Amino acid sequence: MAFSKKHILGLGELSAEEIKIILDTAESMKEISTRDVKKVPTLKGRTIVNLFFEPSTRTRSSFEIAEKRLSADVLSFSASQSSIVKGESLLDTARNFEAMGASIMVIRHGMSGAPFVLARQISASVINAGDGSHEHPSQALIDIFTIREKKGRIEGLDVLIVGDILNSRVARSNIFGLRKLGARVRIVGPATIVPEYFRDMGAEIFYSLEHALENVDVVIMLRVQSERKTLEYFPSLREYSGLYGLTREKLRLAKEDVIVMHPGPINRGVELTSEIADDPGAVILEQVANGIAVRMAMIYLVALGESL
Amino acid sequence: MGVLIKNGRVIDPSQSLDMVSDIYIQEDRVREISKRIDTPRKADTVIDASGQVVAPGLVDIHVHLREPGYEHKETIKTGCLAAAAGGFTSIVCMPNTNPINDNASVTEYILLKARTEGIVNVFPIGAITKGEKGDELAEIGEMCEAGCVAISDDGMPVTDSGLMRKAMEYVRPFGIPVITHAEDTGLSAGGVMNEGFVSTELGLRGIPAASEEVGVVRDIILCELTGTPLHICHVSTKGSVRLVREAKKRGVKVTAEATPHHFTLTDKLVYGYNTDAKMNPPLRTQEDVDAILEGIADGTIDVIATDHAPHSQDEKNVEFDLAPFGIVGLETALSLSLELVEKGIITLDEMIKKLTVAPSEIVGIERGTLVPGSIADLVVFDPGMSRTVKAGGFFSKSRNTPFSGWELKGVVSNTIVSGKVVFSRN
Amino acid sequence: MAIKKKIQPIEDGAESFFSGIIDDIPPERLSSLIVIGIKTRGEYLGKRLVERISERTGKDVTFGTIDITLYRDDFENRKNWPRLRRTSIPDDVQGKNIILVDDVLYTGRTVRAAINSIMDYGRPASVKLAVLVDRGGRELPVQPDYAGISIETLDNEMVNVYLEEVDGREEIEIIKEDGV
Repeated sequence: MAFSKKHILGLGELSAEEIKIILDTAESMKEISTRDVKKVPTLKGRTIVNLFFEPSTRTRSSFEIAEKRLSADVLSFSASQSSIVKGESLLDTARNFEAMGASIMVIRHGMSGAPFVLARQISASVINAGDGSHEHPSQALIDIFTIREKKGRIEGLDVLIVGDILNSRVARSNIFGLRKLGARVRIVGPATIVPEYFRDMGAEIFYSLEHALENVDVVIMLRVQSERKTLEYFPSLREYSGLYGLTREKLRLAKEDVIVMHPGPINRGVELTSEIADDPGAVILEQVANGIAVRMAMIYLVALGESL
Repeated sequence: MGVLIKNGRVIDPSQSLDMVSDIYIQEDRVREISKRIDTPRKADTVIDASGQVVAPGLVDIHVHLREPGYEHKETIKTGCLAAAAGGFTSIVCMPNTNPINDNASVTEYILLKARTEGIVNVFPIGAITKGEKGDELAEIGEMCEAGCVAISDDGMPVTDSGLMRKAMEYVRPFGIPVITHAEDTGLSAGGVMNEGFVSTELGLRGIPAASEEVGVVRDIILCELTGTPLHICHVSTKGSVRLVREAKKRGVKVTAEATPHHFTLTDKLVYGYNTDAKMNPPLRTQEDVDAILEGIADGTIDVIATDHAPHSQDEKNVEFDLAPFGIVGLETALSLSLELVEKGIITLDEMIKKLTVAPSEIVGIERGTLVPGSIADLVVFDPGMSRTVKAGGFFSKSRNTPFSGWELKGVVSNTIVSGKVVFSRN
Repeated sequence: MAIKKKIQPIEDGAESFFSGIIDDIPPERLSSLIVIGIKTRGEYLGKRLVERISERTGKDVTFGTIDITLYRDDFENRKNWPRLRRTSIPDDVQGKNIILVDDVLYTGRTVRAAINSIMDYGRPASVKLAVLVDRGGRELPVQPDYAGISIETLDNEMVNVYLEEVDGREEIEIIKEDGV
């Protein structure tokens, strides 16, 4: 089976097979970053636009490097310097770049579903680099890629996601992806941000971090996103980190070879202690390195499906 | 001058009439209904309604006409055309124009425009509070005198219960009802669709059923307290249906409406971030739809109204969070209501009642009946004929409908207002 | 559309092809030699070559594989591109002598892509090309240093090599499509 998607909007709409193709392709891409010349000529002469309507240095840099390693011409546009201020609509902004010859658009937007507006109406391929509280497919694919690399499989693993599930696009993408590949997913956090509806998405709900940690293979810590008004859902960061902050002691409840992941940037002392962040069991920096390979794979596959 | 409609199945719930007959209209009045009215009458127009239904012109008590202020979405003229094409002869329009219809001069403007440009009857609703801001009462008495048939802050529910109570008390002597868009905005704040599994998957902020139900409870209690008739707009949840049913059982003067989209569609339609599935109250779950159908069947829901809310393509063609709430409904309502008959939820007679005499009674207008001597507002439609909904062909200025492409039964052939054929389809 | 097939065996398991190559390698070069197989069938032929070298000289030669997909020049034809596989060159290629191995040499475009790819790993001292079948029809100035079999073919013919490791048989197949 070949990958035949024109867009990557979320793991919710990819099949298990398609997710596996992305992961396998990322494995091949990872090798490129080890070469003397970290670049292949594949997308020479093609233009990719990164439309970032929400600030994100990490994700944008990672996409840019990935695009450049595939030899694409890269143009990044961020909201601060943007025409949003002048009231231009998302669609008009995108159409402008399309008129300049962009064949792939990578979009990060603060509102859920924004990439769908583009995918429906422009002819370029669209990659979702995070939309509101909906999905962050590249981050979840990186998490899943890293887990697969470390554990050799996804099927049958117990993965725990900790934190603001309600407002987290990383959580949603991970739940979709991990469930499709056969992992069991637990989620834990304050009841206000761990809604019951996630049960129907196939996640097991916990409110006690200690209970949730029992025998898990992987822990994914979500960032407490104060900018996304998480704070209206619980009384204080102090209380939150007491209940849901990951410490070495609590981590002992998990499997011995547990790996700890975090999409970054870390609020040290809130989501996890420094001793865990810097622990060899934590794979946080490997996630960053894998990010380039995974994003190269996404871009490459979308480019293949571009005119389909 | 006269119009003779022959051989139609005449259904008029106001006089428990359902039989194949002829109707003769002279000037602007219904003159005679009988088995056979022979020519030569002085009919300049003869309509052969064989195989079709002849009913009182439909009445929609929940329409947004957008004029003055938002003429790019709809004007009184285009809204009336859409109404006529959909079989509606009377439409009751909400006050959220710009300026808001919160004083008699705006009311008069709307009525004047409707008289000169509108082809169906337009009855305005006045705002409850000045500028629909929820701070102080609008000049309800003057608006009532100018022709407003009800008051409502539709879309901007009055959050201060004390003020809502005062409005209901104040309006009582004027004999017009209060129409409420029941919503506790603290519970729905920031919400853009039904709170549930679909909103969770899509990462969209939800509007819980509770936000409507808390509003319904409050307004029913204030209705009991004040004795002012209360009409609840667009009931969308199972809980609301239950609350209205219980209140009616207690004898509370409450009536309720449901829209075709709320009794037809569920929140699954939002998948793909379809902004034509964004309205307030939002599309709910199948369980809610089933409860509304039950409410329609047992009479808890008195009225079918459209909440016709036109928005331009550009306004809808944006991020889901940014898109305005609402869809157009005038040109699809009859067909979607006929589905209720097809599915055996209600009889054709009951359906027509909810679209004619029932809404007329709520807002106290002398419409929705074919009793000889009454104003001759009629619709002639073929309930069995199929058509494909094409938003591009709407008479409304806007195309924001989720029903485009649907194959629906029910085609309006003639719409008659005050004895004049204002719309006819060959 | 009629398809005409002609099948001929790979005689003696391509042994003479391999020994021709090995005879040509100066013994002092063995330590700086890297055999690189072009995926898919070049990889297996390359592996066989490394085995033969080891049998005859007792030396283990470095072996690598490349997938040239990312270096293809027919982006417009990308719908038919195969799934991407991993390139693996275990040693630094800087200053090394490389033998590039593939099953069939036709237009020369694959070899061009492979050479470009290798160059991204460093600057080898030399690159030689070994192909089991040279079917002619070059579109680029590429010639093999070692060719097992030369076959005259037409543009509307396809040449496929089947190997025991992947296909369970050892054959060269020439397919002619008529009436296209």
